[in-house]
Amino acid sequence: MTIKRFPAYLRDMQEEVEGYAKNYGLDFYPILYEVLDYKTMNEVAAYGGFPTRYPHWRFGMDYEQLSKSYEWGLSKIYEMVINTNPAYAYLLEGNSLTDQKIVMAHVCAHVDFFKNNYFFSKTNRKMIDGMANHAARVRRHMERQGQDVVEDYIDVCLSLENLIDPMSAYITRTAKPRTPEQIEDEETGQVGRLRSKGYMDSFINPPEYIEAQKKKKEEEVKKARRRFPESPQRDVLAFLIEHAPLEHWQRDVLEIVRDEAYYFAPQAMTKIMNEGWASYWHSKILTEKALTAAEVIDYADANAGVLATSPGRLNPYKLGVELFRSIEERWNKGQYGKEWDECESMEQKRNWDRRTGFGANRIFEVRKLYNDITFIDEFFTLEFCVEQKFYSFGFSERSGSWEIMSRDFKKVKDQMLKQLTNRGQPVIVVEDGNFENKSELLLRHIHEGTDLDSGQARDTLRNASRVWTRPVNLLTKVEGKGKLLRCEDGNLSERSAEYL
Amino acid sequence: MSQKIDLDHGRFRQIIRGKIKQNLRKYISQGEMIAKKGKDTVSIPLPSVDIPHFKHGDKQQGGVGQGEGDVGDSLGQDGEEQPGAGEAGDRPGDHLLDIEISIQELAEIMGEELELPRIQPKGTEKIVAWKDKYSGIRTTGPESLRHFRRTYKQAIRRQIAMGTYDPKNPVIVPIKDDKRYRSWKKEPLPQSNAVIIYMMDVSGSMGDEQKEIVRIESFWIDTWLTSQYHGVESRFIIHDAMAKEVDRDTFFKTRESGGTMISSAYKLCAKMIADEYPSELWNIYPFHFSDGDNWSVDDTHTCVELLKKEVLPFVNLFAYGQVESPYGSGQFIKDLTEHFDEDERVVTSEIKGKDAIMDSIKEFLGKGR
Repeated sequence: MTIKRFPAYLRDMQEEVEGYAKNYGLDFYPILYEVLDYKTMNEVAAYGGFPTRYPHWRFGMDYEQLSKSYEWGLSKIYEMVINTNPAYAYLLEGNSLTDQKIVMAHVCAHVDFFKNNYFFSKTNRKMIDGMANHAARVRRHMERQGQDVVEDYIDVCLSLENLIDPMSAYITRTAKPRTPEQIEDEETGQVGRLRSKGYMDSFINPPEYIEAQKKKKEEEVKKARRRFPESPQRDVLAFLIEHAPLEHWQRDVLEIVRDEAYYFAPQAMTKIMNEGWASYWHSKILTEKALTAAEVIDYADANAGVLATSPGRLNPYKLGVELFRSIEERWNKGQYGKEWDECESMEQKRNWDRRTGFGANRIFEVRKLYNDITFIDEFFTLEFCVEQKFYSFGFSERSGSWEIMSRDFKKVKDQMLKQLTNRGQPVIVVEDGNFENKSELLLRHIHEGTDLDSGQARDTLRNASRVWTRPVNLLTKVEGKGKLLRCEDGNLSERSAEYL
Repeated sequence: MSQKIDLDHGRFRQIIRGKIKQNLRKYISQGEMIAKKGKDTVSIPLPSVDIPHFKHGDKQQGGVGQGEGDVGDSLGQDGEEQPGAGEAGDRPGDHLLDIEISIQELAEIMGEELELPRIQPKGTEKIVAWKDKYSGIRTTGPESLRHFRRTYKQAIRRQIAMGTYDPKNPVIVPIKDDKRYRSWKKEPLPQSNAVIIYMMDVSGSMGDEQKEIVRIESFWIDTWLTSQYHGVESRFIIHDAMAKEVDRDTFFKTRESGGTMISSAYKLCAKMIADEYPSELWNIYPFHFSDGDNWSVDDTHTCVELLKKEVLPFVNLFAYGQVESPYGSGQFIKDLTEHFDEDERVVTSEIKGKDAIMDSIKEFLGKGR
């Protein structure tokens, strides 16, 4: 790899751009730039931005695809930025100076977002070292167990990598631990009695009833105690790490995969906001401050490329930046609150301007507190939807092609939120770790209207059963009917089952 | 670090190789990669190289887009380019990965899988031509080959060293020692020294399916032989009751009606060998495909004579592939076996269907001749 020294003219440019950014109120970690040739850029991109990752063929595959699509002129990575402190950012060698300027402004805003957005507050800011440690551990296992064995196991673990609970870092999922009295109550089967005078007691708390209640409660306690996990668990990987009969190195590999999945999760949760925020600021900084007259055309060309939309594809840059602009405008004009919400007259709404001037404040607040789902849910309004010409599309069996399905606001928004829920991944939970009392694993797909890709589901299930070492079952729905997929010793079977 | 990605990339290619090897039988019988043949590479659609995940099925999912258009408008015609569902703004994971692989590598994989022996070519040394290539610089030579730039560069270097160069008045005068001339090296020019003569029966009884089999089989034979020689020429002869030479496209597309006289093709083949391919320099591979239905016993007799006297003495291998057809009697292969059972220059193979292509290739090329 060839690391080019960061040339002085770029350093001057960095200082200039960061100066503007700070004046606008952006607050970011120090940024270290490196200029990379396209080969190295593709290499770093294949490693997800971390040149220190563990060895695995999948990175080689990504590298080949990136290189090809660059060589064929299909895509080009302008920039990459890593969420660490200090932040690392890579510039592509040979980009025009205007491009580099755009990229620097863009990167400032990304880093500001990483530093301030709540959903990044739990990430490890020394992840470069983290990744390097992971790599060292994987290499050590490879030396002892053999490269093929470990690489093969990594394949298995990666197949399950999306079965995590990305929100678990921010909320408490498990109920509060119970007090000793509660536990005692449950175990001895105490039943609450109504207060009564002695002679009335057998009428107010009839013994048969108390007895029946006692039994019922005992039954419940028994059931609950037998249930494992006590309530369905979304972090399937954590469950496997804790309860699957793994060898030491296998558990370690699984932990590494889970760690990295959690590290990347917030980026998937805030893609629209993050890119929107960065695009908002690069255009603001460049058009208001940093551009010279000679650079305007080049800037406009590059910017249009970033924000271009094409049929059937949602451009997160475009959606994000337009939403941030709409928020700014609305809060500048006071288009919010009860009165605004209740106003029925479009005419009045169009000319609504209270000169409140909170726009700038509001967008900084939004970038701190929201993620893609809450962002869309709150600010994707009817007016915005119509103005930006959004539509929902689907596959039409009749014509055999993808078609525009609707321009109805509610449908569009629902579709969008559905796509963002759980980062567009199906929700899979551990329902029972001792299914049918045979220490089999029962997973449940929380079906929200979309079936699983059945081919992939089968292969994934096979991998899950390799980790669990006992048969693994998956309860899902296919075309509206409950199905239980089962994998035993690598053999798959399928039967209909009740999906409750 | 550049080593690091090379390692991972190497692992990836290794996995790909394994996959191709595993599915080779399928690829061979389907012939889908022939359609995607580039100059030196083929691209192969590989399923499930990527790691499987629990994910949503595509068709039910739909998505959100932005822009003009009415409800019911289609989003682009190109079936492959499906709109991105799943993660907002991202393309869905493709199910098939198109992998490019060089023909050389493909041949190696095939060789390993079919356990094909390497061929010992004859007469390689004699056929190599030499070509002059201007690749160097030297200090003597004819003026016509003087390298202007290098000469002046040398001159300015010398003047600076001598202190006679004046930047304000940059006059550079090369002297004899400064002069540089282009020089050449002789390089071996790989020249083809193997020829495959494909012959095919195009009489009415050979249908499209039979021809498809021939097409697929000849692709793999080409692939293997190309990997064994520096260059391979292919010639194509079609015949019914008459034989003629055609180009590759015509070879696979022509359909004639009428009878079959195999001897006509062998005659043309023998003439080709005699006129153009002296056997001490060339490795010659005639392949003949037919449904085995010859016109008459007499003609079959002529064929045997032709082979014995005018073809077999000059060739490395004579291969006859009999494609099963509902109309053919399939007699010819029996006749050949009867006459040439002892002769190891003759290989015959019955190809029952597409699935049998691989075995037939193995029969043809397994002798290492």
